[in-house]
Amino acid sequence: MSVPAGKLDLVPGHRFQYEEAQQAHVLLYPEGMVKLNDSAAEIIKRCDGSHTAEEIIQSLETQFPGVDLADDVRALLEQAHDRGWIHGR
Amino acid sequence: MTGAGSMAVSGPLWLLAELTYACPLQCPYCSNPVDFHRYRDELDTETWVRVLSEARRMGAAQLGLSGGEPLVRRDLETIIAEARQLGYYSNLITSGVGMDKARVAAFREAGLDHIQVSFQASSRELNDLIAGTDAFEHKLAMARAVKAHGYPMVLCFVLHRQNIDQVDQVLELASRLEADYVELATTQYYGWARLNRDQLLPTREQLQRAEAVAHDYQERFRGRMKIYYVVPDYYENRPKACMNGWGSIFLTVAPDGTALPCHAARQLPGLEFPNVRDHDLQKIWYDSPAFNRFRGFDWMREPCRSCPEREKDFGGCRCQAYMLTGDAANTDPVCEFSPHREVVDEAIRQAETAHAGETRPLVFRNPRNARAFSEESPAD
Repeated sequence: MSVPAGKLDLVPGHRFQYEEAQQAHVLLYPEGMVKLNDSAAEIIKRCDGSHTAEEIIQSLETQFPGVDLADDVRALLEQAHDRGWIHGR
Repeated sequence: MTGAGSMAVSGPLWLLAELTYACPLQCPYCSNPVDFHRYRDELDTETWVRVLSEARRMGAAQLGLSGGEPLVRRDLETIIAEARQLGYYSNLITSGVGMDKARVAAFREAGLDHIQVSFQASSRELNDLIAGTDAFEHKLAMARAVKAHGYPMVLCFVLHRQNIDQVDQVLELASRLEADYVELATTQYYGWARLNRDQLLPTREQLQRAEAVAHDYQERFRGRMKIYYVVPDYYENRPKACMNGWGSIFLTVAPDGTALPCHAARQLPGLEFPNVRDHDLQKIWYDSPAFNRFRGFDWMREPCRSCPEREKDFGGCRCQAYMLTGDAANTDPVCEFSPHREVVDEAIRQAETAHAGETRPLVFRNPRNARAFSEESPAD
């Protein structure tokens, strides 16, 4: 699998939200839930149908200057795509 | 806090709301209690709304709306809307009987997240025979309606000896319907399924073939249709991590308001399960003796007590231990280290014999059989 082209969005049936009880962001999907760590949450939050992978990397590098995040972000997006959480359109 | 030892107890993540035991279908593998006719006093809308809100405050994020057939409840739309407002991810587990396009649209409007439609087989004849009612064509229409309303199409096929050889046709049907997810769930032997186990348990040969077919389709449909195949635990050497541990993340509320660590637990003797009509969920989950009975590891006997895998499988299923060994505190006899493993092997041998020769007829799940079979064996 690879990072999908186009603007990245959550696959229908998935929902991203903050869970007070877990003190973390989670991704919810049919009969399942995954707790995201802070960096994964920052990335998944941006998969909202209006940004490409490159734009997401840029936005994160602006928010966290001085860190080369591109490879880590691409790896996570690849994994998210592989698991069927995100797609491009 | 009894039984939990030094382990910190956290709140439930999953709430299973069994809204009703009523169901237009009569599937002989139903996991509802055999004496479901005794629990007719269902919670009203207001109480369900309170239950949803209490569980959400405790941290539950996934909500299963199940039954029986949840569509029987005319207040389902209200319950869904409340769940959405509270921030739940809500899953409707349905046979599709009692649904129409307008109702799917209303669920969408109310904020339902996911609909799982169950099938009994891939052909009308076998489906309707197992369901005990004429439902197949309607199920096809409803599976399509679900997708047309923007939901992923999630289909569930419960496999057992009488339909497992048609697993290829099942997957062909799913691909024709353009399903997004297919769950091939092998029957688990609780409730009615336990009563019918000798007619339902597949043979090892049947299973191996079904598994090979499922894996073949998993490869061929990669990226288009996700296929989940669940191996039945009788054929495993280690028990399933049932409910991820007793009172750990799952909370079931039965139609009459009884709070349970899993939907089959009501049958366990010596435990008094609290009712949401009498107590709030916080108290039930953290303080009730029933929810603490098998929490953590202190309740365990050998071979579980000193087993390095006890944190992986939690000793398996308490209900299965009770049903097959007579004591819920025993190791789940599916485990190869259980001194009772022989009872599982015997069931497997019986399946081979029954498959080869004459079998008793299936007992269909309906109120008449419920009365007949629970009076016959009140303690079972």
